[in-house]
Amino acid sequence: MSSAFAVQLILYMAVLAGITPLMGKWMLAAVDGHCGRGPLGKAERLFYRVCGVNPDEEMTWQRYAFGMMLFSGVGALVTYFMQRTQLWLPLNPQHMANVTPDSSFNTAVSFTTNTNWQGYVGEATMSYFTQMAGLAVHNFVSAAAGIAVAFALMRGITRKSVNTIGNVWTDLTRLTMYVLLPICFVFALLLISQGMIQNFNEYVKVTPLDPAQGEQSLAMGPVASQIAIKMLGTNGGGFFNANAAHPYENPNMLSNALQILAIFSLGAGLCYSFGLMASDKRQGWAIWSAMAIMFVVAACFCVTFEQQGNPALAQYGVDQTASTLQPGGNMEGKEARFGIAASSLFATITTSASCGAVNSMHASYTPLGGLVPMWLMQLGEVVYGGVGSGMYGMLVFVVVAVFVAGLMVGRTPEYLGKKIEPYEMKMAAFVVLVTPLLVLLGTAIAVAGEAGQKGPLNPGPHGFSEILYGFSSAANNNGSAFASLSANTPFYNTALGIAMWFGRFAIMVPVLAIAGSLARKRGMAVTAGTLPTHGPLFVFLLISTVLIVGALTYLPALALGPIAEQLLLVAAH
Amino acid sequence: MFRKSKPLFDTPLLLEAASGAFQKLDPRVQVRNPVMFVVYIGSIITTFLFVHTWGGNGEAPGLFILGVAIWLWATLLFANFAEALAEGRGKAQAATLRAMRTTVNAKKLSEPRHGAAWFSVPADNLVKDDVVLVEAGDVIPCDGQVIEGVASVDESAITGESAPVIRESGGDFNAVTGGTRVLSDWLVVIVTTNPGESFLDRMIAMVEGATRRKTPNEIALTILLASFTIVFLLATATLLPYSLYAIQQAGTGSVITITVLIALLVCLIPTTIGGLLSAIGIAGMSRMLEANVVATSGRAIEAAGDIDTLLLDKTGTITLGNRQATAFLPAPGVKEKELADTAQLASLADETPEGRSIVILAKQKYNLREREVHKIEATFVPFSAQTRMSGVSMHGIEVRKGAADAIRKFVESAGGKFPEAVQRNVDDVARRGGTPLVVAEAARVLGVVELKDIVKGGIKERFAEMRRMGIKTVMITGDNPLTAAAIAAESGVDDFLAEATPEAKLSLIRKYQAEGHLVAMTGDGTNDAPALAQADVAVAMNSGTQAAKEAGTMVDLDSNPTKLIEVVEIGKQMLITRGSLTTFSIANDVAKYFAIIPAAFATTYPPLNALNIMHLATPSSAIMSAVIFNALIIIALIPLALRGVQYRPSSAAAMLRRNIMIYGVGGVIAPFIGIKFIDVIISAF
Amino acid sequence: MFSELRQAVSVFLALTVITGLAYPLLVTGVAQMVFPRQANGSLIECDGVVVGSSLIGQTFSDPKYFWGRPSATSPSCNAAASSGSNFGPSNPALHDAVKQRCEALRAADPDNKAPIPVDLVTASSSGLDPQISIAGAMYQAGRVARVRGLELAKVEAMITGRASKPLAPGLSEPTINVLELNLALDGKI
Repeated sequence: MSSAFAVQLILYMAVLAGITPLMGKWMLAAVDGHCGRGPLGKAERLFYRVCGVNPDEEMTWQRYAFGMMLFSGVGALVTYFMQRTQLWLPLNPQHMANVTPDSSFNTAVSFTTNTNWQGYVGEATMSYFTQMAGLAVHNFVSAAAGIAVAFALMRGITRKSVNTIGNVWTDLTRLTMYVLLPICFVFALLLISQGMIQNFNEYVKVTPLDPAQGEQSLAMGPVASQIAIKMLGTNGGGFFNANAAHPYENPNMLSNALQILAIFSLGAGLCYSFGLMASDKRQGWAIWSAMAIMFVVAACFCVTFEQQGNPALAQYGVDQTASTLQPGGNMEGKEARFGIAASSLFATITTSASCGAVNSMHASYTPLGGLVPMWLMQLGEVVYGGVGSGMYGMLVFVVVAVFVAGLMVGRTPEYLGKKIEPYEMKMAAFVVLVTPLLVLLGTAIAVAGEAGQKGPLNPGPHGFSEILYGFSSAANNNGSAFASLSANTPFYNTALGIAMWFGRFAIMVPVLAIAGSLARKRGMAVTAGTLPTHGPLFVFLLISTVLIVGALTYLPALALGPIAEQLLLVAAH
Repeated sequence: MFRKSKPLFDTPLLLEAASGAFQKLDPRVQVRNPVMFVVYIGSIITTFLFVHTWGGNGEAPGLFILGVAIWLWATLLFANFAEALAEGRGKAQAATLRAMRTTVNAKKLSEPRHGAAWFSVPADNLVKDDVVLVEAGDVIPCDGQVIEGVASVDESAITGESAPVIRESGGDFNAVTGGTRVLSDWLVVIVTTNPGESFLDRMIAMVEGATRRKTPNEIALTILLASFTIVFLLATATLLPYSLYAIQQAGTGSVITITVLIALLVCLIPTTIGGLLSAIGIAGMSRMLEANVVATSGRAIEAAGDIDTLLLDKTGTITLGNRQATAFLPAPGVKEKELADTAQLASLADETPEGRSIVILAKQKYNLREREVHKIEATFVPFSAQTRMSGVSMHGIEVRKGAADAIRKFVESAGGKFPEAVQRNVDDVARRGGTPLVVAEAARVLGVVELKDIVKGGIKERFAEMRRMGIKTVMITGDNPLTAAAIAAESGVDDFLAEATPEAKLSLIRKYQAEGHLVAMTGDGTNDAPALAQADVAVAMNSGTQAAKEAGTMVDLDSNPTKLIEVVEIGKQMLITRGSLTTFSIANDVAKYFAIIPAAFATTYPPLNALNIMHLATPSSAIMSAVIFNALIIIALIPLALRGVQYRPSSAAAMLRRNIMIYGVGGVIAPFIGIKFIDVIISAF
Repeated sequence: MFSELRQAVSVFLALTVITGLAYPLLVTGVAQMVFPRQANGSLIECDGVVVGSSLIGQTFSDPKYFWGRPSATSPSCNAAASSGSNFGPSNPALHDAVKQRCEALRAADPDNKAPIPVDLVTASSSGLDPQISIAGAMYQAGRVARVRGLELAKVEAMITGRASKPLAPGLSEPTINVLELNLALDGKI
């Protein structure tokens, strides 16, 4: 670990802690309808009238979930057909062809589920129109959907003896209009000021300085507007293939800092919203702290192995030692302007949250350095996590942790006065089961068949890691990849598409069911006999639950991937 | 009768449990427990794989497969044994109960009145609403309600209490329990239950586990354990294709065997808690019975652990049953000794506990000897509801003691005056929570005797302990608020309800419940029934009415109101045992991974042996050690499951910290030691 | 059911219009007014010809130029199809590539026996990395000075002068933009 990394990490956590209350209050005010005042409120009411929505209606969890599913289904269909017909649609100066059916399916699902896995090369596949009106829209609404469900669950926990958990349409609209859009507008302009592009130009032809080289063609496009929401909404789908490593998508350290801050900002803020809703901010900070501790430890672990470099390169007289003049370490697949520190930090953040944007190529990480992003995804993307999905995923872990701990203090387990009974346990167990099922089974099918075996580029255990990483990323709606996996094939497009869809909605629906069930319960009083859920002990318990479930589920598979690779690499050199 | 806790292991019980363990291998029994069912299937498969090796082409050395198979069966048998043992202990208790239900013949009356013709029928043939006659020396044939007569009944068979109790028609003492014996007089009893439903029958069924249904917590835990089992099933089953692929990539190694996969799976799934879960539930019920409390369901025991508000009757629970004289407060111009002497005189013939205590106090303070009433030619004037005084008349002198207003009337009608100083004393005593008795001789008021409720020794500490556990105690009393407040302060209860009526009790419970509290109470009278029904945990006194018992979720055979506290602790203990063993079971998996993973892939990726941090001798000894540890730990934890983990009243946070250290951290460490130890022994052979 | 479908479709379409059309167009409009140079790609023009972007790396194989990060795109530094190598650390192909790059650097400067800074022989993430580490530039300074017949000190001073400043002290290692450095050497900027 370098001093640069320590400085970056400390600064980052300090700023994150600082903006957490602001974001928390903002989102809560938005969903509670406090932002729609004056002319803005009039516009909002007009919006509802046009859409046939009654903003005052409160919904049961079933109606909420049904609305959410319909909305997502419609969105996926629209995006599918937009890709299939982009050649005939406007804003396509490069005359990009219509996208193939399997890739269109994969991408439509990918963006609807907030995964933003990209099987395609953005600047060589998608028209400006598809990027903007298809993909970027999902960046907004899938993020809003995640936050909405998180709020529905938080309402379920904090409301007492009611049947309803909110209104799906007002939640989606308000979060998009009052939170995501204004932040993105400012954020996009800040990014442009640093060199990010925003235009509708044709690709620029460049005559290189070294005459020995052929003409260079610079990809262009409305990048900044999409990148702002890509980060803020933890979508991660890049405009360009190289994602946030591309200099136009992440020009310098300042743009990098703004982007990583954006990734965690809403997820961290939701912890604070939760504290406000529970009328006990400590409850929110406890969850925040559990996330923070896991994140900091993971980041330090990752950077340690990246900074050590690749033992196989020493034999060629390569200098991998860090100094004031160079970052050293494992620089394969990393950008010079980010070095080891900012790259490892970004990798940890993007996989802690279900963002999936990358500013370095995870496939080229050292085995144990690359294990960190993979394992963070496998934990269920709950370390701040995807916007909303991280919060509701973590709250499901809270249910499990509280259940075991509650028994240990001799009470029927309860959380914030709500008893955890067989129904909640059934749903929580389902949520905990879904992703391992998709990841492990998906990987098993891939390695067992010819179509799947063709995917990996790298030999040895790294090839296995690529497949495991791919399914972990898809099922947990991350979207980053060991990009050496050739996943733009009918097999992977379909298999990963299925994993993404169920990884999102087979969790969202039971989460809403828990919300509905908890909302109906009367609250229990807090006494000294109540398990405290705001102290260090609970934080420890929550972290243990997340880690143990994650470790026990994936350790055998990880042993055959990164762990075996690391041990082999060390043994060989 | 169960006060003496049986030793956990006595030989006949063990033998019976051992045979029960084999009987429980019936698949219909196994399928009820998802975790152990997986072990069951695994045992069958490995046995089959062993048989397959006889053909000379097994997937692994025959001895290794045989070893795994044997220990998997052992795992199952150990779990079965735990359950059978818990049931056996319950059955032993039930047998004691059943012994007293000797078949008796009942005297069934042709008409529901004393003196009607009766004919003898076997007790088992009685149905609800039959009317029977029970006479001195008869065993009461069934649960019922007295409709005529008064009798003393020996209930020691049920309560263990040797003093006979009075049962009579009407009022709160009209319930009789089958199996008890009438000592004197006779009773006409109407049968309230059908055969097989009597209190005793229910008790026996509960204890034997025949009617044991899973409690909500148990169901939720089973769901969690089942989901862990599925996760591990996935994690191990997918290892087969992963292993194939790894070999294809590495170009070396042999495929992981089914035997190893099954061994890994069984080690990972939470067999420890899965195998002991039902034993814990049954044992909880037994412990409740050892405390002489019969719960109507396992759910009731669980709910007891959740209680955070206890409504306790003052008399008998917080204070000793009766008030006692503690001080003489003379009127101006009267010597204290004179007051004591007169007060003693007024109480000589008073056989109430209060009266006796005045006599005793006078004796203690002034060495005033008791006098025989008839020797001093005095006549006793007993207490009556009209006069609200008692005393003696002696040579024309009327000596009286009684409530202040009654004495005032008495004195004033005799032309005397009620001194103001005495009135002040009366008020002071009342404010202190005592009961003032004013003593007068004819028209002269001599002073006040202070009667006080005596708070039971140690009760204050008990309440402080409850407070630390997060349980609020509320005293229920018929006293006026002033008196109640004083006793509440002295005994350390958190709150009190004075001048309590059944309606006030009911509305108090509702109020607490609306605030989110779970309320427990005890009761015995018919008028307690609504409140009992409303409370989350209601302990009815066995001495109480049938209505109270029906409304309660538990019946306390000792009719001891303090029992509520014990009931809460037993409930908590059962939940804690489950939670702790779950934590332990899952924490164990870490070490098992370190034992099995390097062993399983040693041929494909030899460097993985770096994970063999326990330095286990060989891959097969590593796997065997993990499997053996997994089986033995069940046996090792049976005493804990049956006895329950140690419960010390403390705050939830302190309790959690302690249990996480013992069962969480301990659960991670213990198997490292255990597996290494077993490996050393195995590899020595 | 039908009313919900209508709500789902209309809310989705309405939000598409706002976030998919109005928002990017507004951002583009403002950006083109306020930050036209950045929004259009930070292009560098010499004599009316676009010679590159200060943000996009170019390939250099001539010893008189500083060489940038190796690029895994095809062809090298293809700004229309960005990509990294995605080689795993244990992949022999990676080891071979690093070996070849080391050999090429040594062949161009046979007297330089110093260990080679790792960023000069490992492919960047985007394939378009415009910068190298200062150590990477210093390693090549001798070669460039020799080929161009310049004093080593002057080249080294150019490197130091053009090194990027970290955002905050100690926050990151300094880097240098290869295209801009080479343009400066050629006297074009």
